[in-house]
Amino acid sequence: MSEPTAAHEEQGAVISTQGLTKRYRGGQLAVEGLDLSVPRGSVFGFLGPNGSGKTTTIRMLLGLIEPTGGSAHVLGEPMPGSARRVLPHVGALIEGPALYGYLTGRENLLRYDAADPTADPRSRAARADRALERVGLSAAAAKKARAYSLGMKQRLGLAAALLQPRELLVLDEPTNGLDPQGMREIRSLVRELADDGITVFLSSHLLDEIEQVCTHTAVMHRGRLITQGTVAQMSAGARGRLAVTTPDPGEATRVLKEAGVADLVTDGEEVSGEPPHAHELADLNAALVRAGVRVRAFGLRRASLEDVFVSLTGEGFDVAG
Amino acid sequence: MSQAETATGGGPPDSRARPARAVWSLGLFRSELAVTFRRWRTLALLAVLAAVPVLVGIAVKIETSDGGSIGGGDEGGPAFLSQVTGNGLFLVFTALAATLPFFLPMTVGVIAGDAVAGEAGAGTLRYLLVAPAGRTRLLLAKFSAVLAFCLTATATVAVFALATGALLFPTGQVTLLSGTSVSFGEGLLRAMAIAVTVALSLVGLATLGLFISTLTNSGVAAMAATVGLLITVQILGAIPQLDEIHPFLFTHYWLSFADLLREPVYWDDLLKNLGLQALYTAVFGSAAWAGFGARDVTA
Repeated sequence: MSEPTAAHEEQGAVISTQGLTKRYRGGQLAVEGLDLSVPRGSVFGFLGPNGSGKTTTIRMLLGLIEPTGGSAHVLGEPMPGSARRVLPHVGALIEGPALYGYLTGRENLLRYDAADPTADPRSRAARADRALERVGLSAAAAKKARAYSLGMKQRLGLAAALLQPRELLVLDEPTNGLDPQGMREIRSLVRELADDGITVFLSSHLLDEIEQVCTHTAVMHRGRLITQGTVAQMSAGARGRLAVTTPDPGEATRVLKEAGVADLVTDGEEVSGEPPHAHELADLNAALVRAGVRVRAFGLRRASLEDVFVSLTGEGFDVAG
Repeated sequence: MSQAETATGGGPPDSRARPARAVWSLGLFRSELAVTFRRWRTLALLAVLAAVPVLVGIAVKIETSDGGSIGGGDEGGPAFLSQVTGNGLFLVFTALAATLPFFLPMTVGVIAGDAVAGEAGAGTLRYLLVAPAGRTRLLLAKFSAVLAFCLTATATVAVFALATGALLFPTGQVTLLSGTSVSFGEGLLRAMAIAVTVALSLVGLATLGLFISTLTNSGVAAMAATVGLLITVQILGAIPQLDEIHPFLFTHYWLSFADLLREPVYWDDLLKNLGLQALYTAVFGSAAWAGFGARDVTA
């Protein structure tokens, strides 16, 4: 048993799956042939529209759902077989928080802590208090959880995931339903945790969220993995677009077209297009100015993950699989 | 593993070796009891059960305050009702006989049916499982909590009946069903034995309810199914043409607890009752374990 374990650990993958597949009893194929590899220490963004199989994958990784094909290793050990040894080192937030409304926030944490057979009951209260403090809920610890706002519930869910020192945090849509302030707080908490060296596996359908906090990403679409890599590689893969703001869009379009800029789009005072390969952008600007075009702004807009997604799937991102 | 150490930041040398201790894993059982008995719903069910003997006691007291007897004889009303005026201890037997056919098992059905399905419906089940509670351990903790509820529910009826009986009626020597008299102390002991027997009579239904509870993500559906099954079984048990199957219904020997009030005690039906409850527990306990262990938790 220890041989394959060591092998997976050496690759430095905290999560690795081989051909992971789940077909539900109704015949619906939720996840198909997933080969995922999450490097240790990364903040891994698991991206895909709603219904693309992200949650099913996460549930398989956590031993809640039995795969119908392939295998999954978490922290180097097979899941769901080694769930009892692996899961004490994994904190999870799955599809939103779930709490006992009739218990206080603190009692909720005590209950979840009691469910972990590796948790020492003598230090249980201290762990709960520390976790509450970490997510900024100490003041509301004695309040019944049903009186919590959605943001507070989300934070309490995070506190439960942080009861023990973890090697891996699995956060499924951690900012879902939060206001912008709540989102910012959760994201900064994720960054803090990553700075502590914890690997964070974060699923989201929000592209900018992944771009803001993640180092690595994988893109799911209709149960399949389309691509995975670092966020930087991913954005570099799609070329940026040239954008010019000018009060003379007509003239600008003519000049740019002559210079070889393709796919030109005019939107009010902004003209954008794909710059030609191997062309110094400054020359384009000079050409515009020579032609008497008054240029207010000129620059290359970096490709977003959304552009990558659209170029990979040929579909908008809001389409559910 | 060295990477893991740096990752967790100064943890123990081999952080993966954090062991599960047998004593520590009992924490879930304690937590389960606390969660069960802290709910308002549980307390409300117990309050209903406590009210039954009090109301029966007061009704009997009013009915007989003019020196008359109850309803003109032994017919009608639950067993032992007519003896209550002579000895308050009989209110315990009356109350148990009155609540056992429906009130007691209904409350057990609610608690057992909601045990797993309620957690699934609230979403807390997935967090308990990734904690990781372990499916077998969680099921055992749920089972123990349901058993504790069976005992508490029965004890609630018995204790409130005893208190009401002692307050409203005379106590003293207890005349058993077989005609012999025993001291109040021994009568009390027999009452305790009867309460335990009644609690054990509910175990079969409790396990059945727990099994149903593992099949669905809706606590209400599981509760309704369990209570519905109880009613169906009670109806089947009342149809004489079906007496072939009666010995296999978990309700069949329920009222055999009265045999503990004979001298000597008739053990036959008492033992058959316990055997039948054990059989139901074994069958539906295994089914629940097998089903829950392999089930996809999607809620």
